[in-house]
Amino acid sequence: MSAGAIVFDNVSRFYGEVLGINRVNLTIPPGVTSLVGPNGSGKTTLMNLMTGLLRPTRGQVRVLGIRPDDPEKLFRVAGYCAQFDAFPKGLSGYQFIYSYLRVHGFSRADADQRAWQALERAGLTEAAGRVVAGYSKGMRQRVKLAQAIAHSPQVLVLDEPLNGLDPMARAETIALFRSLGEQGMHVIVSSHILHEVDRISDQVILLSHGYVVAEGQIQGVRSEVKEQPAQILIRSNQSQLLAARLFERNHVVEARLEEDGRGLLVRTRDADSLYLLLNSLVVEMGLEVEKVEPADEDVNSVYQYLIGSEGSAT
Amino acid sequence: MNWRLWARQVGAVLKLELKRTLFSRRAWWIYLLAAAPVLLCGAHAVVLLWMQKRAWHSLAEDSIAFAAIYHIFYLRLGIFFGCVGIFMHLFRGEVLEKTLHYYLLAPIRRELLVLGKYLAGLVAGVTYFSLSTAASFLLLPSHFGPAHRDFLFQGPGLDHLGWYVAVTTLAVAGYGGVFLLMGLLFRNPIIPAGLVMVWETNNWLLPSAAQKISVVFYLTNLCPVPAPPKGALAILAVTPDPVPAWMAIPGLLLVTAALIALAALKARRLEISYAE
Repeated sequence: MSAGAIVFDNVSRFYGEVLGINRVNLTIPPGVTSLVGPNGSGKTTLMNLMTGLLRPTRGQVRVLGIRPDDPEKLFRVAGYCAQFDAFPKGLSGYQFIYSYLRVHGFSRADADQRAWQALERAGLTEAAGRVVAGYSKGMRQRVKLAQAIAHSPQVLVLDEPLNGLDPMARAETIALFRSLGEQGMHVIVSSHILHEVDRISDQVILLSHGYVVAEGQIQGVRSEVKEQPAQILIRSNQSQLLAARLFERNHVVEARLEEDGRGLLVRTRDADSLYLLLNSLVVEMGLEVEKVEPADEDVNSVYQYLIGSEGSAT
Repeated sequence: MNWRLWARQVGAVLKLELKRTLFSRRAWWIYLLAAAPVLLCGAHAVVLLWMQKRAWHSLAEDSIAFAAIYHIFYLRLGIFFGCVGIFMHLFRGEVLEKTLHYYLLAPIRRELLVLGKYLAGLVAGVTYFSLSTAASFLLLPSHFGPAHRDFLFQGPGLDHLGWYVAVTTLAVAGYGGVFLLMGLLFRNPIIPAGLVMVWETNNWLLPSAAQKISVVFYLTNLCPVPAPPKGALAILAVTPDPVPAWMAIPGLLLVTAALIALAALKARRLEISYAE
C-alpha cells in the first residue's frame, strides 16, 4: 500500500442489512479530490471510514500508511470537518478551537497561537469571542473548518464544506482548498454543487448506491465514458461550412450552430479523428479558428452520463 | 510512553467536561437531589431551635437519624441516581448533542478520553454529594448548640464526618464506574439503571461471591454509624457480610478500575452514528 496516499483496499461497510459502500478500491493522491454522488451514495460513509469514525465491515483503509483506528497517530496528520452542525455548549469560537487543540496535546501558548491563526484563515477573528451558538450557519461552517485545519494536518477531509456559505465566503473557501492542495496536502471534499467541484478538484470520485462509478482526473473519467459522444465546441469564421464538412464523417453524430453563427457544438464518437480532421480543414478551407474546447469534460457532464438525474446534485 | 502529553490531554478533557458537567442547567435535578437532605436537616434544626424543644431527643439519636438518612437516601438513592445522571451523560449526552466526534477526531487515546471524562464526573459527583453530606451532617444536630460543637471538636464528630465524606467519594467513584460503562453500552439508561438498582438493593440476598460485585457491599461497613434496623425503608439498608476497611477500600477501587477498563475497551471500538 502506498504510504503517501489514502488507500481503500476492497472496503465494504454495511449498516446491518443496509449497504453503505461496497468493494471500494481507491488510491487517493495528494491534491484536491472531490467525492460526488447523490444523497445516500456513500460519500459520508467513505469519509467516516477514512477518519475512523466508522470501521469497515470488510477490507482495510490506510491514510498515509496509518490505520484509521489509531487516532493517536492519524489525527496528528489528518483533520475532518464533519457535516454535523453541532458544537459543545457555551463555548466561543476561540474557546472551541483552543480547547480541542489542548486535547490534541498542544501547550497553552501553542494552542493559543494556532487557534488565532485558524480563526484568521477562516475570517472569524472578529467573531472569535462570541458563543458559537449565536453564529450564522456560514460562520458555524467556517469555525468547523478552522477547527479542522488548526493543527496543520496533511490530510483534510471536508464533508459538504460549502454548505451555508455566502458567495464571498465560498470563493474564499475554494481558494483556501486550492492553496492547500497546491501545497501538497490531501484535501478530500464532498459536495453537491457540481460547478464548484469543477473549480476545486484535481480529481473526482463518483459514487452511486455505495459503489465507485468512476475516479481520476475529470478528463480521464470523461474519456472512459465511451458510450456518450464527446462534445466539442469550435468557434470559427465559417461554422456553417464546417458543419457540412464534418457531417460527411460517420463519427460525427450532431453539429449544432450557436445563435451568433460562429460557435459550433459538435458531438462525435471519435474526438481524436475530429481534431485531425479539423487540422486538415483549417488548411483546406482557410478556416480561422478562435477556439476549440471540450464542452463536456466537467463534473456535471460526467455526473449526468454516469449517474444521471437520480440524485440531488446541482 | 509520553506521560506528559497524556497528562496534558487528560487535563484538557477534564476541563472541557467540567464545563459541561459541573455547572450545567441540565443537571438541575441532581442539584435538587443533593440539596433535598440539606433542606430537610436544616428545617429540622430550625424548627427545633424555634420550638426550643431540645429535650425531645438526644444528640445520639440525631446521629442515628443521620446514619439512616445516609444509608437510605444518600447511598441507595441520591448518589446512585446522581451518578446515573452524571456518568451516563458523559458519552451518551454527547451522542445526543452530536458533539462526541470532536473528541474522536483528536489524536488522543480513547482510554485517556474515558479517564478524562470519568475524572470530570468524579469531581462533579464528589462536589455535589460531599458538600451535601457535610452540610446535612453539620445541620441536623446543630440545634444542640454547644453540645453539638463538643461532639464535633471534642468527640468523634469530625471523624464521623470524614468517614461519611470518604464513603461518599468512594460511592461516586464506584457508581461512576458502573454508569460510565452503562452509558457506553446502552442507549436508554433507565432499564440498566433499574437493573443495577435491583442488584444493589438485593445484594444481601446474593451468594457471598456475587455480593462482592457490588458497590454498596464495600461501602455500608465503612460508615461510622450503622443503619438502624427498624423502619419501613430498613430493607434498603440491610448490611451484607461485614468487610473490613482495609479490604473494602482496595476492593471497591479494584472493581471501579475494572469497570473503567471495560469502558475504555468499549470506547476503543466506538463508532459515530448519530442517526441511530
